[in-house]
Amino acid sequence: MDNLGYLFAAYSLIFVLIGLYVLLVGNRQARLEGRLRELESSLRALTQAPSAGGREASR
Amino acid sequence: MKLGMAWSLGLASIASMLAALFMVFVYVPTEAQQGLVQRIFYFHLPCAWVAFLAFGLVAVAAILYLWLGSQIWDDLSYAAAEIGMLFCTLVLITGSIWAKPIWGTWWTWDSRLTTTFILWLLYAGYLLLRAFAGDSPEVARFAAVIGIVGVVDVPVIIVSVRLWRTIHPAVLLTRQGQHGLQDPRMIATLLVALGAFSLLFVWLLWLRLRTLRLGSKIASARRRLALYEMEARV
Repeated sequence: MDNLGYLFAAYSLIFVLIGLYVLLVGNRQARLEGRLRELESSLRALTQAPSAGGREASR
Repeated sequence: MKLGMAWSLGLASIASMLAALFMVFVYVPTEAQQGLVQRIFYFHLPCAWVAFLAFGLVAVAAILYLWLGSQIWDDLSYAAAEIGMLFCTLVLITGSIWAKPIWGTWWTWDSRLTTTFILWLLYAGYLLLRAFAGDSPEVARFAAVIGIVGVVDVPVIIVSVRLWRTIHPAVLLTRQGQHGLQDPRMIATLLVALGAFSLLFVWLLWLRLRTLRLGSKIASARRRLALYEMEARV
């Protein structure tokens, strides 16, 4: 079993680095989706508020 | 639909990667001269293939961005550069791990190693620019130019083993013009690994591109929100 350690190290590093990258991108995606949902709900709240304010002003 | 595509690509990548691992560790015969450590080659070369493919895509998307000015090409270029960098790093690391028992050193300033390291530095510069210089169209244009210039190094890396004296093995096409993989099982294993890494590249590109598109949507939503808040104040 000559150089088995080198073989193990090379394949482990490949999968560790690719796995870390997938985790990083997955986490970033989940965070951004959450932020987008927050912004969209704020936008919805704002677009409804001026029309209510407008009705108040016209009375 | 998008989630479905990401899942399908992810599952296909994992299945093909498992098939490639089975072939590398069970199916392919051990090379007579180098022994077990030669098996690093079956993932080392696909890593190089994905890095070159990614940097080629960076350049094509950068040209299209400079020409058409559409954000999608800049996002594609950025996503491909990040993935290319990951695989270029893996090429250098796995190459070093193979070199230690075969050459007796982790690193030598051989022409192929040096040109690959230059490629790594060029795209490290590209990613540093994208990370720290802001998100303006000027930065995107500068990055596009680096992306286009950097890819010139790829053909240099490929022909470096023929252009200069080198100790790096020329496996696919030997210096005598023959292919270095004599056993058909070695060729089959390499082809399966190349397919698996190509699928992995498409999957990672899809995921990364999706995060960049989400970032653009957030920026657009922030602008609209700021506009509404200004209108509300007036």
